Amino acid sequence: MKARQKRLIFVLLGVVAVIGASFLINKAMQGNFYKLYTPQEVLAGEVPTGQTIRIGGLVKEGSLKRSDTELEARFVVLDKHKNEVTIVTNKILPDLFKEGKSQIARGILKADGIFYAEEVLAKHDANYMPEEMKDIVTEQHTPVKDGVK
Amino acid sequence: MIPEIGHFALIITLAIAIVQAIFPILGVSLNKPQWVALARPTARAQFLFVSISFACLLYAFVTSDFSVKLVANNSHTQMPLIYKVSSLWGNHEGSLLLWSLILAGWGLAVSIFSRSIPPVMLARVMSVMGMVAIGFLLFLIVTSNPFERLPFPPVEGRTLNPLLQDFGLAVHPPMLYMGYVGFSVAFSFAIAAMLGGKLDAAWARWARPWTNIAWIFLTGGITLGSWWAYYELGWGGWWFWDPVENSSLLPWIAGTALVHSLAVTEKRAAFKSWTVLLAILAFSLSLLGTFLVRSGVLTSVHSFAADPERGLFILIFLGVVIGGSLTLYAARAPKLQSTGRFDLVSREVGLLVNNVTLAILTLTVLLGTLYPLIIDALGSGKISVGPPYFNNISIPLGTVLFLSMGVGLFLRWKKDSPERLMKKLLLPANLAIIIAIFAPMFFGKEFSWRVSLGLLLASWVALTALIWFAAQGRSLFVKPLSAWGAMLGHVGMAVAVTGITLTSMYSTEKDVRLELNSSYEVAGYAFKFIKMEDRKGENFTATRATVDISKEGKSFITLYPEKRNYGPGTMPMTEAGIDPGFFRDLFIALGEPLGKDAWSFRIYHKPFVRWIWLGGILIALGGLLAAFDGRYRRTRKVFLKEKANRQTSNKGAAA
Repeated sequence: MKARQKRLIFVLLGVVAVIGASFLINKAMQGNFYKLYTPQEVLAGEVPTGQTIRIGGLVKEGSLKRSDTELEARFVVLDKHKNEVTIVTNKILPDLFKEGKSQIARGILKADGIFYAEEVLAKHDANYMPEEMKDIVTEQHTPVKDGVK
Repeated sequence: MIPEIGHFALIITLAIAIVQAIFPILGVSLNKPQWVALARPTARAQFLFVSISFACLLYAFVTSDFSVKLVANNSHTQMPLIYKVSSLWGNHEGSLLLWSLILAGWGLAVSIFSRSIPPVMLARVMSVMGMVAIGFLLFLIVTSNPFERLPFPPVEGRTLNPLLQDFGLAVHPPMLYMGYVGFSVAFSFAIAAMLGGKLDAAWARWARPWTNIAWIFLTGGITLGSWWAYYELGWGGWWFWDPVENSSLLPWIAGTALVHSLAVTEKRAAFKSWTVLLAILAFSLSLLGTFLVRSGVLTSVHSFAADPERGLFILIFLGVVIGGSLTLYAARAPKLQSTGRFDLVSREVGLLVNNVTLAILTLTVLLGTLYPLIIDALGSGKISVGPPYFNNISIPLGTVLFLSMGVGLFLRWKKDSPERLMKKLLLPANLAIIIAIFAPMFFGKEFSWRVSLGLLLASWVALTALIWFAAQGRSLFVKPLSAWGAMLGHVGMAVAVTGITLTSMYSTEKDVRLELNSSYEVAGYAFKFIKMEDRKGENFTATRATVDISKEGKSFITLYPEKRNYGPGTMPMTEAGIDPGFFRDLFIALGEPLGKDAWSFRIYHKPFVRWIWLGGILIALGGLLAAFDGRYRRTRKVFLKEKANRQTSNKGAAA
């Protein structure tokens, strides 16, 4: 085989690799990104039903109810404007899950307006709040300090 | 007084690192041998002083000196000694000091085991390592001083995050750091080669063992991390595709590619500029990992605190390292001409496929990890990338990779005939297909193409490695260490893939509500909730459940999952009850009280889960054996002999 033919084959292999990779990424991305929504967006009807998304907010005081016979738990999450969404889950709630504290649930919003969660995450440290939750639950944005956000 | 000595020692370390970064390399260009000769002593002095600094901080932790802010925030007098020690690196500042110590330790090791490296090369390598050290030491001293004092020391410390009070944490970060930082050696060698404009087989032979050893530590660190997450995070997962896990996996994948492409550079003088690029990539990804973990831009168990100033510092450092090295690469790479020619069917091409696949894997995992940050920065909402993205990517890429792994071992360098290759591969291919078809039946579950594919690839990789290994060396029993290394590395990968496939596909995971004296059956095992009691540990109180497990009516083990409370201000901890086994793990974790004597439990039956970590151990062992292959020592001997000859002949000439 001549050197030129060989180079051509290597170039072709490279092109195939690039096309394959982009195809793969494109395919893998479909439906595997979980967007974070607020209760406000749910009430405003901006949230797609029937696909996996996440909802963040504070767990409303006194809203956690458990079934007497099954694992099922239901609770209400709030955002800073006091919009409410009910969440139902059949999974164990995390250790740090508490009424009045923040949580993020991953699951599906059904047409009945209830969010069915496959997973509930609580903040994972006594004094640490997930970065992405700050905008949702903080009453007012803290003033920008020293020009650094 | 002692913390001040530590702080002072750290500043001296910085001064030494500056000397180490400037003089040896300048000595090379200005032709000043005295400056070049500074490479070794400065590296050793740097290690000495950073050790003093580290020892001072360790002393503060062991003696619970709460006037030091870091100790007050992370330690407690009632903690067992091992956790007092490990809480040193269970926080941002301390872990950075550990990082600097390890970096200096690698520098020390290079300064000792470098007798065969020409002084000019060594000077460049040491200067580059000094530059990296400057970055980290500045970061420590300017933004994260571990020795900061409190004007009013508290009586008691705020204790280490209970999640981290575990043997796994005592060893996981140092292991991982050894790997991360170890790539700085490969990186320094690559930069030094570009500066010198020469990259030959000898260079690859120097760089290879260092890269291998760094890669072993990274393999070990990731394996430990996965195991720790499994039993300590309480929910029995072994890999979550969490951004921080990914940031340790990324340098590993790049490092794996590097280890293989170095082989081509050493044996065939090909892939030269590609090897250099991979060395830059592996270290840059290590730095990126540090940035992602330490800056708090990602939400994870690993982020200690979000501090924009620190994040910015690492980001700038990252920019300088990547930008600088890539600029140098653009200028010098064309000089690194690969002389080795090869045909389309050759081991070089096999390794090329391996490298291209690993590179694509690195980039796609990187994309999935950074995507949420990019989207957020563009202001288009907050998303998280789910595990299915990564699974969808790693299955097809893994398939290509594992198929080529089997072929690659049998390929000959330079040129091979397809017919010869086919003949060799026929047996393992057939055996692998048979295993893939029949083994799943053994588990008695419905057919799944994923299980068959996983087992096909695993047995293909393992069989080819074993058959290849049998033909190596002079006899059946005497094999070169590098052959042992390659075989164990490949078999370890096969073992891990078997574990991953079977655990992912055949695990049973249930969240259940159990009342006292009721039971639940999973995969033929009945879990019976017997009683609930309180108990007191060394520095915690716990609520402990007693769960009796029986199979076919016969009770065979009792597990005690518990919830621990480490005192006010700390989070409760879930300690799972695990019955480990070679072929399956039984796992039960305690949830919350549901009222009326009922509790929630998470029950798992996980077949072959231990194989994942066993595979990791085998891979690391393979890397270790390969690093100690005789030829690296031989290079040194030959070099020393030549040197001795030259000296005697010089003397003769003088006489």
